[in-house]
Amino acid sequence: MQSVQADVVVVGGGGAGLRAAIAVAESDPRLRIALVSKVVPMRSHTVAAEGGSAGVIRTDDNLDIHFDDTVGGGDWLCDQDVVEYFVAHCTEEMTQLEHWGCPWSRKDDGHVNVRFFGGMKVQRTWFAADKTGFHMLHTLFQTSHKYPSIKRYDEFFCADLVVEDGRVQGVVAIDVATGEFLLIECKAAVICTGGAGRVFGQNTNAGIVTGDGMGIAYRHGVPLRDMEFVQWHPTALPGTGVLITEGCRGEGGILTNKDGYRYLQDYGLGPLDPWPRPKAMELGPRDRLSQAFWHEEQKGRTVSTALGQAVHLDLRHLGAAKIHERLPMITEVAKVFAGVDPVVSPIPVRPAVHYTMGGILCNGQTETPLKGLYTAGECSSVGIHGANRLGSNSLAEIVVFGKVAGERAAQYAKSAPAGRSDSLNKQASAVESRLLGMLGQDKGDRVATIRDEMHETMETGVGIFRKAETMQVACSKLATLRDRLKRGIKLDDRNRVFNTEWLSAIELGFTLEIAEVIAHSALNRKESRGAHTRLDEFKERDDANFMKHTLAHRTDGGPPRLEYTPVTITKSQPKSRVYGGEGKKAELT
Amino acid sequence: MADTQTIEIEVLRYNPEKDHEPHFETFKVPFTHDTSVLQGLQYIKDHLDGSLTFRWSCRMAICGSCGKMVNGKPELSCHTFLRDYYPGKVRIEPLNHFPVVRDLVIDQSDFFDKKLPSIKPYVVPKEEKPVSAGTYMQTPAQFQQYYKYSQCINCLLCYAACPQYGLKPEFTGPAALALLHRYNADSRDRGWEERAEVLNAEEGVWGCTLVGYCSEVCPKQVDPARAINQNKVNSTMDYFGVRKLLMPKGGD
Repeated sequence: MQSVQADVVVVGGGGAGLRAAIAVAESDPRLRIALVSKVVPMRSHTVAAEGGSAGVIRTDDNLDIHFDDTVGGGDWLCDQDVVEYFVAHCTEEMTQLEHWGCPWSRKDDGHVNVRFFGGMKVQRTWFAADKTGFHMLHTLFQTSHKYPSIKRYDEFFCADLVVEDGRVQGVVAIDVATGEFLLIECKAAVICTGGAGRVFGQNTNAGIVTGDGMGIAYRHGVPLRDMEFVQWHPTALPGTGVLITEGCRGEGGILTNKDGYRYLQDYGLGPLDPWPRPKAMELGPRDRLSQAFWHEEQKGRTVSTALGQAVHLDLRHLGAAKIHERLPMITEVAKVFAGVDPVVSPIPVRPAVHYTMGGILCNGQTETPLKGLYTAGECSSVGIHGANRLGSNSLAEIVVFGKVAGERAAQYAKSAPAGRSDSLNKQASAVESRLLGMLGQDKGDRVATIRDEMHETMETGVGIFRKAETMQVACSKLATLRDRLKRGIKLDDRNRVFNTEWLSAIELGFTLEIAEVIAHSALNRKESRGAHTRLDEFKERDDANFMKHTLAHRTDGGPPRLEYTPVTITKSQPKSRVYGGEGKKAELT
Repeated sequence: MADTQTIEIEVLRYNPEKDHEPHFETFKVPFTHDTSVLQGLQYIKDHLDGSLTFRWSCRMAICGSCGKMVNGKPELSCHTFLRDYYPGKVRIEPLNHFPVVRDLVIDQSDFFDKKLPSIKPYVVPKEEKPVSAGTYMQTPAQFQQYYKYSQCINCLLCYAACPQYGLKPEFTGPAALALLHRYNADSRDRGWEERAEVLNAEEGVWGCTLVGYCSEVCPKQVDPARAINQNKVNSTMDYFGVRKLLMPKGGD
């Protein structure tokens, strides 16, 4: 097998990975960086983020308010020391992106503008129309060309880590174009591979969001934390799950049921007036809005569409000029994928899985328990999202903690000794043999069969609302799927060159393990908190027993072993989580 | 829901490990009113032939992965619908003018490894300013100078549309030249002199013969043809040495 050497390998070329790579390059240009991505970096799913990224900038805002919005939004499951660091560093990262050319939307006077997002007391969301992720990603990708020490491995699929003497010393990747394996020997690795939304059927995520990095870390004994907290975005297109940004509501869009009634007022988010006001009605948090949809559907008050039940996201009162200026992509997406022009008709929307709040366990410096392994972005659980992520905190997270991860990994790499190539090669060859073995498999299920059954299982058993009974069914079903997968996947494609069926089978292995972690973590959390909401006897938050992080450890051949660790509280004691209520009318920017 | 109908999808197949040359294979695919061409291909891969190979990711026309020739025209396959071809067949081929790796997958390295880096696709700052000093100001007029050209998703449809790129692969091409213009036109940037060699070269803006098909197929209305031809003016001024004098900021 061919092998190359690097000081730091960054796995994943989305916003977090690119930011990490740039941070390594800036901390020491002598460090050799390998940026490994299964797609060309600017195809990564950061590209699809729409609404914006948080950073305190207004005179009526401050870090304490951003902290409170985040911690309350996360239903007090956030690690508050990490949130303090996060909110203190968002704005400088937004400014850094501006210096690198990011076309942030501006006010007429030339200053950067900010908009409202859900669960936010003051406007704080920097936006580039409704293509914020696209512009952040392209800015980072293009800027990365400035740094000759970043060597890109585009369309290299990360298959495994090589761990020796208790520390990460290599990454094994498949060159997709040839199907050949490559060992990248390294002193540190940073996993920035994004979330695992493709565990579910109806989701806003790209096809590549299969949790690879989470799966790899998990197999090497790193726990996955708080995986039961899965965010349903309240406004996605029925059927495809294509995202319709929260920015629509930040700009004043409203949600109505089949009778034209703004139903959110019935679910603790009202009263209706004065409108708009922060943290109320359509500017409530995502978990509450998705749950409200579910209740409306139960009551038969949703709209029937060809692709299932929906409610209406109505933007018409904003007028054509504002819609076209602030929400051009949504306008196009609604026209092409839903056949609706939002200037003249409401957009049918419904909740879809959007974001994995949990992830690879790491501390506030992005270090995982495995020496030499760092992680940032959606794949990580650094501790800022708690039980429900606030919209616009994830784009900020990828740059704030991407930078930390790059700096930390660089520092560590400079002091770590070189590994022994011969023994690293031996381990890498074992990975190669195992994965090449899949190409010879002539019995078993198709990739799509197991994938579709997993989707169905998760949608039914571990959805927006959960019950012990149905979660138990899901856990059992996932165990049988795990066994079937173990017996092998039958591939039509036995070739090496650009074999995407083979890669999908490898991805499915990761995704299915994550599905099991989600289901078991959910079943065992006997309370309701944030996005994890139960309909059985555990309808309330239970701080006495469950103000704790869930850690899922991999076991050999069985379900995960769960343990619980304390949440770090610095200055905000848990309170009841209140939205709606009285308030002053806000001026939209 | 509209009834499910069946359409024939004819796909170019090429497996370098087995085939001497490419051939077409036809699949019968069920579709409804909202089935995209991409979903048609996914149906084939999931249920009929797992070896059919194509790129895709976001399926919402922003990642730029899934460009194909659809009945001879460069299109994003997620953004193109089977209903619009029925009752005829749909013929899907890899994007024109690129080497084929396998089936519908093209080799994009000419763009990503050569063309894109060559135009220095990043801000060369006018003044070094620390992050602590805050953001630069940009008036709406300054913003509009480059904003349109920052919308490129690198889907490469414009290269598949460009007859010049087909004839002369050295041509820097529409997307890269539009991005070059995007940075030159940005009020924060002073890199136009560093980019001038690429811009003024025979393979730069002068390689374009004004066909304009690039702008027609662009799914994001970037209008590379306009960017290129605007820069023919700039390039001429560079030639006569008047640009620096007239437009110290580089100009549109």
